[in-house]
Amino acid sequence: MIRPGAAEIAAAVKARRQTARSVTEAALADIAARNPRLNAFTDVTAARALARADQIDALVAKGLDPGPLAGAPFAVKNLFDIAGLPTRAGSRINRAHPPAEGDAALICRMEKAGAVLLGGLNMGEYAYDFTGENAHDGASVNPHDPRRMSGGSSGGSGTAVGSGLVPLALGSDTNGSIRVPSSFCGIFGLKPTYGRLSRHGSFPFVASLDHLGPFARTVTDLALAYDAMQGPDPADPAQTPRRAEPALPGLNDGIAGLRIARLGGYFEQGAGAEARAALNHVAQALQVRAEVALPHAAEARAAAFLITMAEAGALHLDRLRSQAGAFDPDVRDRLIAGALLPAALVIEAQKVRRAFAAEAAALFAQADVLLAPATPCTAPMLGEKWLDLGAERVPLRPNIGVFTQPISAIGLPVVAVPVWLAGATLPIGVQVIAAPWREDVALRVARLLERMGAVAAPLPKETT
Amino acid sequence: MTAPLDPDALIDALAPLLDLPVDPAHRPGVVQNLRAAQAAAARMAGFAQGDLAEPAPVFRPESLE
Repeated sequence: MIRPGAAEIAAAVKARRQTARSVTEAALADIAARNPRLNAFTDVTAARALARADQIDALVAKGLDPGPLAGAPFAVKNLFDIAGLPTRAGSRINRAHPPAEGDAALICRMEKAGAVLLGGLNMGEYAYDFTGENAHDGASVNPHDPRRMSGGSSGGSGTAVGSGLVPLALGSDTNGSIRVPSSFCGIFGLKPTYGRLSRHGSFPFVASLDHLGPFARTVTDLALAYDAMQGPDPADPAQTPRRAEPALPGLNDGIAGLRIARLGGYFEQGAGAEARAALNHVAQALQVRAEVALPHAAEARAAAFLITMAEAGALHLDRLRSQAGAFDPDVRDRLIAGALLPAALVIEAQKVRRAFAAEAAALFAQADVLLAPATPCTAPMLGEKWLDLGAERVPLRPNIGVFTQPISAIGLPVVAVPVWLAGATLPIGVQVIAAPWREDVALRVARLLERMGAVAAPLPKETT
Repeated sequence: MTAPLDPDALIDALAPLLDLPVDPAHRPGVVQNLRAAQAAAARMAGFAQGDLAEPAPVFRPESLE
């Protein structure tokens, strides 16, 4: 089976070489055949998808343009509202919620651009996860090795795109939940600037830190989806009012004039051999020699850790009072602890966050792009609880996000790019980090790396 | 803020204030997570911010004008 990207599908549908219906039917058949093993989808919206595909085909038949994503299938982490389904957010508890009355804002934007929603995707409970494991629905498995983690919490998004079930997916990233599955599943992921994309119609985790963004197997598809979702949404009070700034027009402009540096210090100390090698690989491809530091990254990570615990604990307090036994035990205990945190710690954490943002802003006066590992290791085995980092053995769950957490703490835009080291059987990601609101710059760098062949998201061998 | 914290004492004091029953079976996990929070707080203490530092979230008043 051929699994083209979103841009190729849209071109074929608009040129009438293929109908949106035939694309949708093939994708639905593929999901029916492979999802029982991959466990990426928790809901498949087949009837809705076929109806939408027919609308796209009708527009094409009339000579109208259905949009840049015409007929391209996509799916969303199941914390996005999908009209008619309860927004489960990876939990058992939310399944009893009434069905969502409408779609999340970003689903509306994707559909307005012609994309076709195929369903909801597995995720770690309430997004408090880096593994892709789920106590209620089972783990979404790694597309390159089903014994291994997909990464979380947008695990189903990583599995679905990495395995080729869909060319595009949406997820959320609070401390790394787009960048970690991108790294483990070997795909491209964009965590935009905090406040860039509307969060309206998505189930929250940590209001101070929640971001939404896309996954894809090519940078062009990533930019297409990102551009389709930009623009102000008065329904989201956390969004920064800002006009759309499309990344696609300058995507192939290269990196001339950009100052690129690798992040040393904290971002090297905890990195395993593959993470270091992947960073070296990307830095060499870009001929980057400069190294810079964010001296208070560890403090920023600590601040994000505390803000996450406290805000999530407060969010779920009522459910913890009445239904503690219905939570995933790993998530529940963190949430209870978070609900008990003294306010002084959290307010200080918010001050540390702002001070660290100022530190990063000063660094962006010297460099336009920063490179750092996305994860300290390749995808661990499912069920693994410990991570060996050099001579040190640390708890796996919190430490998967050691390099992503300080960056999302201050809302910087990041493209996670997938690296396959020579002879490797698993991919690993590198973060391409830009200054606030410069997603276009991070995407340009990612696109150049892709054109050079330094990064790529090949499908698993069995699917090609 | 960084003085050694007794997680069990914190649970016993604060959980009733929040009307949050903590099942004895859940307590070891909660204790472990409070210890992790304490370590994070200790780490932050090395980058303490003063009275005039503004916390990150800013409230923007909304107007219909």
